[in-house]
Amino acid sequence: MAPSDVAIIGVGLHPFGRYPGKSALQMGEDAVIEALGDAGVEWPAVQALYAGSMEVKNPEAIVGLLGLTGVPGRAVFTGCATGATSLAMAANAIRLGDADIAIAIGLDKHQRGAFSDHPSVSGLPDWYGEAGLFLTTHFFGMKINRYMHDHGIPAETLAQVSEKAFANGAKNPNAWRRKPLSADEVLASPVLNYPLTQYMYCGPDEGAAAAVVCRADIAHRYTSQPVYLRASTLRSRREGAFELLSPSLPLATADSVTVDASREAYEQAGIGPEDVDIVQLQDTDAGSEVIHMAENGFCADGEQVALLASGETRIGGRLPINTDGGLLVNGEPVGASGLRQVYELVNQLRGRAGDRQVEGAQVGYAQLYGAPGTAAVTILST
Amino acid sequence: MTTQVPLAEGLFTWPAEDPALIGGLASDGSFVFPYRQYKLVGGVREELERVELPRRGTLWTFTTQRFRPPAPPYAGADDAHSFQPFAVGYVELPGALRVEARLTESDPAKLRIGQEMELRIVPFGTDADGNETVLYAFAPVSEEAPHGTE
Repeated sequence: MAPSDVAIIGVGLHPFGRYPGKSALQMGEDAVIEALGDAGVEWPAVQALYAGSMEVKNPEAIVGLLGLTGVPGRAVFTGCATGATSLAMAANAIRLGDADIAIAIGLDKHQRGAFSDHPSVSGLPDWYGEAGLFLTTHFFGMKINRYMHDHGIPAETLAQVSEKAFANGAKNPNAWRRKPLSADEVLASPVLNYPLTQYMYCGPDEGAAAAVVCRADIAHRYTSQPVYLRASTLRSRREGAFELLSPSLPLATADSVTVDASREAYEQAGIGPEDVDIVQLQDTDAGSEVIHMAENGFCADGEQVALLASGETRIGGRLPINTDGGLLVNGEPVGASGLRQVYELVNQLRGRAGDRQVEGAQVGYAQLYGAPGTAAVTILST
Repeated sequence: MTTQVPLAEGLFTWPAEDPALIGGLASDGSFVFPYRQYKLVGGVREELERVELPRRGTLWTFTTQRFRPPAPPYAGADDAHSFQPFAVGYVELPGALRVEARLTESDPAKLRIGQEMELRIVPFGTDADGNETVLYAFAPVSEEAPHGTE
């Protein structure tokens, strides 16, 4: 394993869900206070702040709730990969010597229903939205439909992903959806975008998460259980990759952007997928988890059928994936989602995940994917 | 009597007896759709040739849209009650590219990856002047009937 110069010493979460009357910034405040308490760091000691949000234009305004210490505060946004970016930028502030202690924060509060915006925010023409094509969900349906066709994957495999997510959610006191669902119930729910059914999709919601990072060499002043940042990558799509919101695609294909981000992360960390004990994948939908298992190197295309059927990706299996229920049961407050992954991994690596604990977990892996064809990977270890 | 106008100019030849999608062709042989005037090719900005794309191709993948998309930006003539689910897919146009389009067949049981598709210009909605707007879509080519006899 490559050496690390940055450690995570505290994490906090405002559970994801629906909180009428509570603002995204207030949820962020709760997450930060939990993370600071976990780290044993007082707010005035934080020397750099990176906050990500889709709905709040200036999430760094959270300093108004935490205390006006003059800390350099910056907003970051890379779509669904925002959580990984705020963590990476906080880590870079440590590496550059700008700060000994920094904090990454994500917070969001979305309306119900599918994400909606003007196509111009993604560089697309007006008619694309008018025609009803500006929907990320179309991509998820089309990508998994082709993938199932190419690799012989039945709908049951997708249903097993959701069944696992809801089983993990039932064990997670912070989860939004806590009722177990059988694969049959998932398959019987309405088809939203063929072949994806209602319970194969995550929903936008509300919540916040935070992580306190510091120079690795001073981490033991704060905790006996630092978790080290081993890799942090983000890539944009290459010509020929099949990604979100593409009015056309060239005939010559290229690997998905997740493959690029993943390979680079393994190189940074000096490990391979076989060294990973616990995994968080972007499961915007059950099909995405299936595809991302292969794109992140955890199996060959098509092997997901056997892995899901034999329960290998459940807690207690060989390769536990989305142990907190992932996006499918927590929903996606976009700015916070990546730091929710980090929150779960850090708690697992510190052995304090309760009923969901993966025994002996030492290396954790988190992947994010979203518009406009961006993927990020974070690797953590004890 | 209203006139049929394209939802947006420059997407397809119109009016035309045998309409075609309009793409751009670069000197390296790569295509773009929708057409745009310029593209960086090998680091150099070049003007693209305006070309008509093949009218037929094969269905590369597809999905369905069960609920009315959020409006705006969606501008269909339907409302929440009259909305009819539709399908959307990528159609591989041989020698050119894969184009994303609405499909005229909305039942996934009647769609198959690899099946032959052909371009149609279909009614879509109404513009601010009361004209009927039309949009490109792809329709399955009847597999029973010989070409051109549907």
